[in-house]
Amino acid sequence: MERTPILQVTDLKQHFKMSKKFTVKAVDGVSFEIREGETYGLVGESGSGKSTIGRSIIRLYQPTSGTVTFQGVDISGPLKEKEQVLLRTKMQMIFQDPMACLNPRKKVIDIIAQGLDIHKLYKTKQERKEKVDRILDKVGLSREHANRYPHQFSGGQRQRIGIARALIMEPKLIIADEAISALDVSIQAQVVNLMKEIQEETNTAFLFIAHDLSMVKYISDRIGVLHLGNLVETGTTQDIFDHPIHPYTKSLLSAIPHANPIKEKKRVAIPYDYATSGIDYSNGIQQKISDSHSVLATDEEYKAWTAG
Amino acid sequence: MSETVLSIRNLSISFQTSNGMVNAIRGLDLDLHKGKTVAIVGESGSGKSVTVKAIMRILSGNQKINSGSITFNFDSGDEKISQDLLKLSKKEMRSRINGRRIAMVFQDPMTSLNPTMTIGKQIMEGMIIHLNKTRAEAHERALELLRLVGISDPENRMKSYPHQLSGGMRQRVVIAIMLACDPEVLICDEPTTALDVTIQAKILELIKEIQARTHISVIYITHDLGVVAKVADYVAVMYAGKIVERGTVNEIFYDPKHPYTWGLLSSMPDIGSENEKLYTIPGSPPNLLHKIEGDAFAPRNVHALKIDFKQEPPMFKITDTHYAATWLLHENASKVEMSETLRRRIDKVVKEAGRDGENTDLASY
Repeated sequence: MERTPILQVTDLKQHFKMSKKFTVKAVDGVSFEIREGETYGLVGESGSGKSTIGRSIIRLYQPTSGTVTFQGVDISGPLKEKEQVLLRTKMQMIFQDPMACLNPRKKVIDIIAQGLDIHKLYKTKQERKEKVDRILDKVGLSREHANRYPHQFSGGQRQRIGIARALIMEPKLIIADEAISALDVSIQAQVVNLMKEIQEETNTAFLFIAHDLSMVKYISDRIGVLHLGNLVETGTTQDIFDHPIHPYTKSLLSAIPHANPIKEKKRVAIPYDYATSGIDYSNGIQQKISDSHSVLATDEEYKAWTAG
Repeated sequence: MSETVLSIRNLSISFQTSNGMVNAIRGLDLDLHKGKTVAIVGESGSGKSVTVKAIMRILSGNQKINSGSITFNFDSGDEKISQDLLKLSKKEMRSRINGRRIAMVFQDPMTSLNPTMTIGKQIMEGMIIHLNKTRAEAHERALELLRLVGISDPENRMKSYPHQLSGGMRQRVVIAIMLACDPEVLICDEPTTALDVTIQAKILELIKEIQARTHISVIYITHDLGVVAKVADYVAVMYAGKIVERGTVNEIFYDPKHPYTWGLLSSMPDIGSENEKLYTIPGSPPNLLHKIEGDAFAPRNVHALKIDFKQEPPMFKITDTHYAATWLLHENASKVEMSETLRRRIDKVVKEAGRDGENTDLASY
C-alpha cells in the first residue's frame, strides 16, 4: 500500500560546535520519509542522535544542512509566517517526562488550550471549553479534570494530558520522543493503546522515538536504526526484526530481554564495537535490499553481510 | 535450600503526609538466600523502593516503621551473628552495615556519584573507612575492582571525574564502589532503567558474573519483566504494599496464580504476535490513605469473589517455594483460569524454552 509521504527528510545534518576545534556531529546525513497515517520508529542507543532528529524536524534546532519537507513545504530553512504557522499547528510533540513538560502553575484546561489561544482557533469561551472537553474524552480523562493542576495526576494521566495538548491542534504528524519510557509496564500499555486508537481515528502519522525495542516493534509500521548519527538500517518492522542485515541491528536485537527465564538465562547479547569492527559509516552508501529495506554499507560489506 | 541471609517479617511502614497517614507497606514478608537473586516487581507506588530503603534505614523523615523485623545473618570473623537491623541506631547502621555489609546501587548513576571527586577516591573512600586499609592497599584494590567491572585502562580512569564517563561506565563505577568492601548483600534499585538495551545487557551480565564469583546475594527491583527473567532466581510480586505472589522465577513466569501477576504478564508487548491490542489492567491502584478492606486488588480483578471485598486473603501454598495471596486458590472457590491469550502465550514460551534447553525440567508446567 503506497501512501503519499507527509514528511521527507533528505540528508539531514545537525552539528553542534563545542569549541573552535571540536564539533559534535550528532546527526550526520540521515534520509527517511514518513507517510500519512503510519508510525515510523526511530531506535538506537543513547547518543545516537534519535532525539536530535526529532528536535531538528520540529525546529527546536536549526538544521546544519539538508532539507525537511512537510506536506510539500520546505521547513528546514528560515521560516516565514506561513511556514511557521503550518509547522506549529500541524506538527506536534510529546515529551518523555510528563511532569517536566507541563506548566505546574496552569490548570489542565489552560495547558491543553494554549495552542488554540496562540493561533486564535475559537470564537467564544464556550467553544474553547467544548474543544478541550472533547479532547479530554478522547484521551480517557474525565471533564472534571480540566480544572485541576498537573501535580494532582498520576504519571500515566499526565502523559495523557501531554497527548491531549498535541491532539487539540489536529496535527498531521506527532513526534513522540521517548513518550512512554518513564512509565511502567501496565501504564505503557494504556498509553500505547491510546496512541493506536487515535491513529486509526484521525489518520495522524507518528514519529516514535524510543529505545525499548519490543514496544517499537509493537507500534511501528517501519523502523529506522540509528547509530552515531547515521541511519544504519531502515525497513518495515518485519524487515528489521526478521531479516536484520547490519551487525549493529543484530547486536541491538540480541540485547532485548525476553520474559522467558529458561531461555533468558542462556542468552548472551552479540557484542558490537564500532571502533574495532572496521566499519566506516562515512564510506557506506544506502544499499537497497528490497523496496522497503535498505542498509548503510560499502559494496564489500554488503556482500559479506548478505552472503551468510 | 541455602541459608537465609536476610529475612523480613511483617514489615509495616507509613508516611506522614498533609492528607493523613499513608500506609505504604502493609505487612511484608521476604527472604533472601545466600548467593541468590530475588527480584521485586510491581508498578510504581507499590512500595518496592520503600522496602529496600527500610533495609538500609535511609527512609526520609516523614516515613515511619511501625512494626516488623529485618533479620540479617552474617559472619563476623568466626562467629555467626544474627541481627535485627531495625533495632540498630542510624549511627550504628552507617558505621557497621551500610556500604560494609549491605550496599545499594541506585537508578541514576549521575546523582549517586560525587561530581567533585575523582572516581578513584570514591572507590577507595569506603575501604579506608570501613576496612582500615592504607591508601596504597585501597588503591591496589580499586584498580582490581575497575578491571572486574570491565573498565579498560584503570590507572588513568582512577583520575577521571564522573562527568567524563558515559552513563554505562558510570553505573559500572557505582557497582565497583559497592563491591569495594565485599558486602554480603547488594541491593539494585532499577539500576538499568536509565540505560539503553545494549548497555543494560552488559550491566546485567556483569552483575551475574560477579555473583557467580563472589556468591553475593542480590535484591533486584525493576518493573521490566524481561530483566527479571534474566537475573532472578526468585520473584516477589508486590501490589499496594504487600507481596501478593512469590515463587521461583520459573514458577512465576510459567505458572502464575495471582490475577495481578496475570495482568502484569499480559500487558507486556508480545514479540511474536501482530497488532492485537495490548492488555491493560482495568482501574488504578488503591489510595493507601484509606484503610483497605479485603483484597487490595479486588476492585481491579475481574475474577473477584465476594469474600475479596471483606477479608484479606492469606498466602496460599502452591509448592514449597510458590505462594500466592488470592482467594481463588481456596478449596471452596470456583476454578478460575488465566485468560486464553495469556495461556497461549505461556504455552508458546514454554515450548521455546524447551527447544533451547533440552535438559531442563519443564514437564511440570
